[in-house]
Amino acid sequence: MAVKEAKVEKSASPGLMDRIRMNGGFLPYILILPTLLLILVIAVYPMLDSIRLSMLHNPFAARPKFVGLQNYITVFQDPVFRQAMGTTMIYTVLSVALESIFGLLIALLINKSFPGRGLVRAAILVPWAFPTIVSAQMWFLMYGDQTGILTYILRSLHLLAEGDTLLNSVPGVITASVITDVWKTTPFMALLLLAGLQVIPADLYEAASVDGATRWQQFTRITLPMLKNPFLIALLFRLLDAIRVFDLFYVFGKQMVPSLASFANIRMFGSNTEFSQGVATSILIFIIGIIISIIFGSMLRSMLKEQG
Amino acid sequence: MAQDVVKKRASRAAKDQENGKQWSWAAFGRYIAVIVVVFIALAPLYWTFITSVKDGTEINAYPPTLFPHHWNFNNYIDAFTKSDFFLPTLRNSVIIAVVTTVVSLLFGILCAYALGRTKFYGKGAMLAIVLSVNMFPFIAIVGPLYILFTNGLYIYNTYAALIVPNIVATLPLTIWFLTSFFRDLPSDLEEAARIDGASRLQALWHVIVPLTAPGVFAAAILSFIAVWNDFLFGLTLTSSTAAQPVTVGITFFNSEHQTSYGMLAAAAIVVTIPLVILVLFLQRRIVSGLTAGAVKG
Repeated sequence: MAVKEAKVEKSASPGLMDRIRMNGGFLPYILILPTLLLILVIAVYPMLDSIRLSMLHNPFAARPKFVGLQNYITVFQDPVFRQAMGTTMIYTVLSVALESIFGLLIALLINKSFPGRGLVRAAILVPWAFPTIVSAQMWFLMYGDQTGILTYILRSLHLLAEGDTLLNSVPGVITASVITDVWKTTPFMALLLLAGLQVIPADLYEAASVDGATRWQQFTRITLPMLKNPFLIALLFRLLDAIRVFDLFYVFGKQMVPSLASFANIRMFGSNTEFSQGVATSILIFIIGIIISIIFGSMLRSMLKEQG
Repeated sequence: MAQDVVKKRASRAAKDQENGKQWSWAAFGRYIAVIVVVFIALAPLYWTFITSVKDGTEINAYPPTLFPHHWNFNNYIDAFTKSDFFLPTLRNSVIIAVVTTVVSLLFGILCAYALGRTKFYGKGAMLAIVLSVNMFPFIAIVGPLYILFTNGLYIYNTYAALIVPNIVATLPLTIWFLTSFFRDLPSDLEEAARIDGASRLQALWHVIVPLTAPGVFAAAILSFIAVWNDFLFGLTLTSSTAAQPVTVGITFFNSEHQTSYGMLAAAAIVVTIPLVILVLFLQRRIVSGLTAGAVKG
C-alpha cells in the first residue's frame, strides 16, 4: 500500500511538464522496434501459423491437404489424449493446491525476522533455481528401483509392494510429478506471498490487538483478505505453468504416461503424418490457458474495483 | 512511508525482545518447522551428491546407503571424459545462456526505457503484447518454429535456433522488471544530463542504467537462469551436440541407449552448482526480481 502511494506521487509531480517535453518523435518507436520485431517473428507468427498447421493433414507433404477440424476430432477420440488430459488436470489441481497451502505456511513462517532467516530463504530458493529437467532426474534417482531412497522408504511403509516402484503406474507417475513440482515450485509461491505479507501495514495488527482480536481473528480478518491480490496473481502464474507441464512427464511418464504437452511433443516429432495432431493439442493447451487468464483477469479486476 | 517502516521495525524489535526474554513453545515450533523445510529443500541435492560419489556396486546396493562407504570422483571424471556429449553440451549451454542474456538485456533496456520514461501512441498495446508472450505455452510455437528454422531461416540445430527463441522467452520478464525500475527513477538527473548536452540514448546509457544497476543485474540473473534451465527449445530445435544444451545432454545418461546413474548424478551436480552459487550470493536480488511484478501490480 505504502509503496503504491509513493509511486503515484513521484510520477505525478515532476511528470507532466517533463513528459510533454519528452513526448513525440520517433525515438520510442525505434527503441521498441527490435523487441517488437522479434516477438512478431518468433512468437506471434508461429502462434498464428500453428492454427493453420493444425488444420492440415501432413504439412511436410508437397501439397498439404486442408482437413478443417479433423485433427482436433482425431485427437479427442484418441484414448492416449484423453488420458493425457485427465493426467494433466489432476496434476494441475493437486500441485497448485498443495503449493498454495505449503507456500502460505512457509511465507508465514519466514515473515517474522529470526536469526538464520536469510539462510532459510536461500535454501528454499535452491530447488526453484534448478532446471526442471535436472530436478526430474534427481528425483528419478530417488524414485528408482535399486537406487531409490524413496522407493525403499515407501516399501518399508508397505505403501509399495516389493519390486514395485512409483513410476510403474499412472497414479504413481502423477504422484511422483506432483511431489517433485511441489518441492520445486512451492518456494516461488512462498516468496510471492511473503512479499504480499510484508506490505500489510503493521498498524492494522496493532489496532486489532488493541481491540482485543485474537491471533486467529487477525489472521482470518486481516492477513487473508490482504493477501488476496498477490495470491490470485501467484495462482494465475502457477496454473498457466502447470497445464503446460512437460519436463516432469517427459522423464517420469516417458511415452507411457504423457501430459498434454508431452503428448503434443510425441505426436509432433514422432511421425510426419501425426505432426498436425500434436499442433492441435498444443492449441488446446493455449485455449485452456486463455480461459484461465480470462477468469482470473476478471476476478482481479473486480477486486481492484472494490478496493477503489 | 518512511514512518511506516520505522514503526514496523520498532514494533518488530520490541516483539523480538519479548521473544528473546522467555523461551516459548511458539519459537521452538518455528525452529522445528524451519529445520523441516530446509531439510526437504536440500535432501534431493544431498541424495544426488552422495549418489555421484558412490561406486557402481554401492549405487545399486539395497537397502540404499545414506552415507557413501567409499568416496570416489570417478563419475565426474567419466562424465567429462567417457561421454562424448556432456562437455560439448555444457559448453553450448554456457555460450547460449551468456549471449541470450546480453542481447535480451540490451533489447530489454531500450524497450523498457521507451515504456517507462517516454510517452508514445500505442504504449498500452506494446505492454499488452509483451505481457501476453508470457502466457504463450511454448509447446504451441515449437512446431511452427521447427518448420520455420528448417525451411525458411535454415538455423535449425545452430546456436541461433536456441538464442533467438530464448530471447523472446526472457524479454517479457526483463522488460516488465526494468520498466518499473526506470519509471521509479526521479527525472532530475536525466534532465541535468540532457541540459549538459547528452542525447537521450547517452543519458540512458550513462545515467539511468548505472543508477538502476541493481535492477539491471537482477534482470540479468533471472534471464540467465531461465535460459540455462530451458529444455523444450533445446529438445525440439536442435538435433546434435553441435548445438544441444546441457539440459538435453543430461538426459542421455538416462536413456534407452545408456543408463549410468552415477554419471547422471555427477552431471546433475555440475549443472546445478553455478545455480546454487548464484542463489546463495544473490538471493536478495533474485527475490526482489521474482516478486517485483506481483506486488507492485
